[in-house]
Amino acid sequence: MDAESLLLSLELASGSGQGLSPDRRASLLTSLLLVKRDYRYDRVLFWGRILGIVADYYIAQGLSEDQLAPRKTLYSLNCTDWSLLPPATEETMAQTAMVKGRFMGDPSHEYEHTEIQKVNEGEKIFEEEVVVQVKEETRLVSIIDQIDQAVAIIPRGALFKTPFGPSNVNRTFEGLSLSEAKKLSSYFHFREAIDLKNKTLLEKADLDPSLDFMDSLEHDIPKAGSWSIQMERGNALVVLRSLLWPGLTFYHAPRTKNYGYIYVGTGEKNLDLPFML
Amino acid sequence: MEDSTSLKQEKENHELKEVEGPWEKKTAASPQDPDPQSSEPLEAEQVPETGPQPSKSPPWSPRSRTSMVLGDLTVPGALPPHSPPQQPSSTPPLTLGEQDLGTPLQSDRTTSIIPNAGTPLSDPLEQPSDKRESTFHRTRQLEENTFPQSQQSKSDLYGPKDPSYDTSKQKELRFDIFQEEDSNSNCDLLQLEPGASEVAPSVLEIAIQNAKAYLLRTSSKSGLNLYDHLSNVLTKILDERPENAVDIIENISQDVKMAHFSKKLDTLQNENELLPMYEIAEMQKTLFLQGNLEGADQELEDEIAESSLPNVMESAFYFEQAGVGLGTDETYRIFLALKQLTETHPIQRCRFWGKILGIERNYIVAEVEFREGEDEEEVEEEEVAEERDNEAIEADEEEEDELPKPFYKPPPTIPKEENRTGANKYVYFVCNEPGRPWVKLPSVMPAQIVIARKIKKFFTGRLDAPILSYPPFPGNESNYLRAQIARISAGTQVSPLGFFQFGEEEGEEEEEVEGGRESFEENPDFEGIQVMDLVESLSNWVHHVQHILPQRFRICLLGQHGCPQISSHSMLLQSSDPTSGLEHMPFPMAKSLRIST
Repeated sequence: MDAESLLLSLELASGSGQGLSPDRRASLLTSLLLVKRDYRYDRVLFWGRILGIVADYYIAQGLSEDQLAPRKTLYSLNCTDWSLLPPATEETMAQTAMVKGRFMGDPSHEYEHTEIQKVNEGEKIFEEEVVVQVKEETRLVSIIDQIDQAVAIIPRGALFKTPFGPSNVNRTFEGLSLSEAKKLSSYFHFREAIDLKNKTLLEKADLDPSLDFMDSLEHDIPKAGSWSIQMERGNALVVLRSLLWPGLTFYHAPRTKNYGYIYVGTGEKNLDLPFML
Repeated sequence: MEDSTSLKQEKENHELKEVEGPWEKKTAASPQDPDPQSSEPLEAEQVPETGPQPSKSPPWSPRSRTSMVLGDLTVPGALPPHSPPQQPSSTPPLTLGEQDLGTPLQSDRTTSIIPNAGTPLSDPLEQPSDKRESTFHRTRQLEENTFPQSQQSKSDLYGPKDPSYDTSKQKELRFDIFQEEDSNSNCDLLQLEPGASEVAPSVLEIAIQNAKAYLLRTSSKSGLNLYDHLSNVLTKILDERPENAVDIIENISQDVKMAHFSKKLDTLQNENELLPMYEIAEMQKTLFLQGNLEGADQELEDEIAESSLPNVMESAFYFEQAGVGLGTDETYRIFLALKQLTETHPIQRCRFWGKILGIERNYIVAEVEFREGEDEEEVEEEEVAEERDNEAIEADEEEEDELPKPFYKPPPTIPKEENRTGANKYVYFVCNEPGRPWVKLPSVMPAQIVIARKIKKFFTGRLDAPILSYPPFPGNESNYLRAQIARISAGTQVSPLGFFQFGEEEGEEEEEVEGGRESFEENPDFEGIQVMDLVESLSNWVHHVQHILPQRFRICLLGQHGCPQISSHSMLLQSSDPTSGLEHMPFPMAKSLRIST
């Protein structure tokens, strides 16, 4: 959610039950402003909160002019001091795939797990047990990246692509209409398109290239199952909750410009999703 | 030539001064002249055409027509507002040159020649100026020819200037004309001249007319024409003055188009879509009203209210400090809904248990304790049901006498706990949203809890939804919900050590009695524990609700096959000693609890 409309956004997203305490809110308001100035970001998003056993991580992201460029992620333990996280690479993803369980809340905590690696020595192949240590910070980076890739969403029409390449915030976006707001197809993943090329020509003909350049939620697997759309307050607010990463809430007030998403959860993927539906 | 015209110039200066006033009126009055303007310059137009009358032929010298004839050109919408301010600039020191400037242009076009064209229309304005220039050129040429002709100003030739008119031709001629104009000096101050003498339409004029006709062509699909659309778009832009308008021009154009068509449909669409919103608002309004309606019974209500209703707002405040909460107005609505619940049912104590998120809808759960003797009705119903079941079983057995009977008898279903005991100590009510009616959840059966431990399913939000799972869950979503609520309540309700104490002292001596320690009450002597003690270790926290142990049952046969009759264990054994610390519980609870400040 945009740091500029933080209070309103928190109020709108409060239906999920997890929010922020007043002191955190107040410190966020000031510290995010300073982050924006210091790092010279175009927009700062308050991404959410990852619950750990001893402490919570508060995550923010900074965006540049091009909305789809890789975002810089910062974390803080007390909402006042922010530290930049390194970008996620494939190595880190592979390493952290083995780590399970809750976050501890201490960034320097190291998870240990043993791996059996095959080591070639001359002609013989030995299997050695190697203890791999993964720092919690690395795990944090990869989890945030995974969540972003999988479930960060944005309504259709909020961004538009310029002919030069970068995508910008659409200033004339007035919000989705009520009928559009209830459909999964009016929401896009907030990342570079992956499935777009796989669409049939018939489907592509209907797309508007300046608006429909991201994947829509319609084709998320499992279909019609990984998102829960609800209207709150009558029809005044539409809330999407992800069932794959429980804790991610996206809200949008139809016919207004207010939209945003926040993740408050344990940082664990819900692998039982197909069985739970 | 020039000397002779100087005198005439002065005359014309005067005339032009007079012209200005009426010129303003003229432009205001005739905004919709569709004449292509270029036709005028081709005729020998007169410099000082006085007044708005179309057929004016002021004295003029053929050579001294530098004044711009500003006709009733009205660029739709946008330009007229500009014309008044620009008019003063085109004041009398007319440039009477030897050229015939007969172009019907508005004053704002003239300003484009004047360097202070700061409006976004400067480019289109320069086009007319180009046109004008070229017409100067041509009128000069035609001067000789056209002079004898009637010098009727053709206001009808002064069409609205089309910003989109392509004046590429004129641009080429521009520089030539400028030079000529400069020689005449004061070329920048040009005035309207509605009058123009008729000349046979030249190529330019035809081109302009054609272009304009093309723009006015109505689209077969939408009934709009490009001319009106562009004028609307420019009007909107000039009214709203957005930043970087050129970047969002397409969107503005789209909005203007949509505005045309959305009017009729608005009422229909709005009605359908906004109805649920209004419904909920109405329902929630009744929540607010109910409290105020009954004035007479307020005293009675207050007494009851004090004991039964929780202070939801106060606890919400504390939860908010911890970062957990539903938002202030939502919590208040829940509070009102709970109040409504206490008014409609005979409730001893009521507590807001929480909110469970579902796929289609959510559940708001209230934990309720009925007053003594209030829920006997349910017990009767269940007994009746059991009798019916027994009769059915007997009937079946008789029919099966002929067939070989299987030896296997399924273990008897464990009877559920009595109300007000164990897992059924409280009754739970749920609703989907505050304002909707409360539904009572059925009591929980041990079998349901056993299976609920093995499956993991999302809630859909509908109480009658079936639960498809393996092992098959006996019941629908309301039973599953109740089972989960029972498990959560039993596993997570904690309190600081010493907060609760047992009400009866007899229970302490008889530790063998099962389930004897069921009633507890607040310890009035509790003085609180230091926050640091509470945070550092878990030994200061205790579960005050009994655990649900895994089911251990013994087979109880109905005595038909000679098996020894063993008294069946009832349902779910509760763990003893609810005041034991968290570290000694049978289940590893310590790991799943976190303490944070």
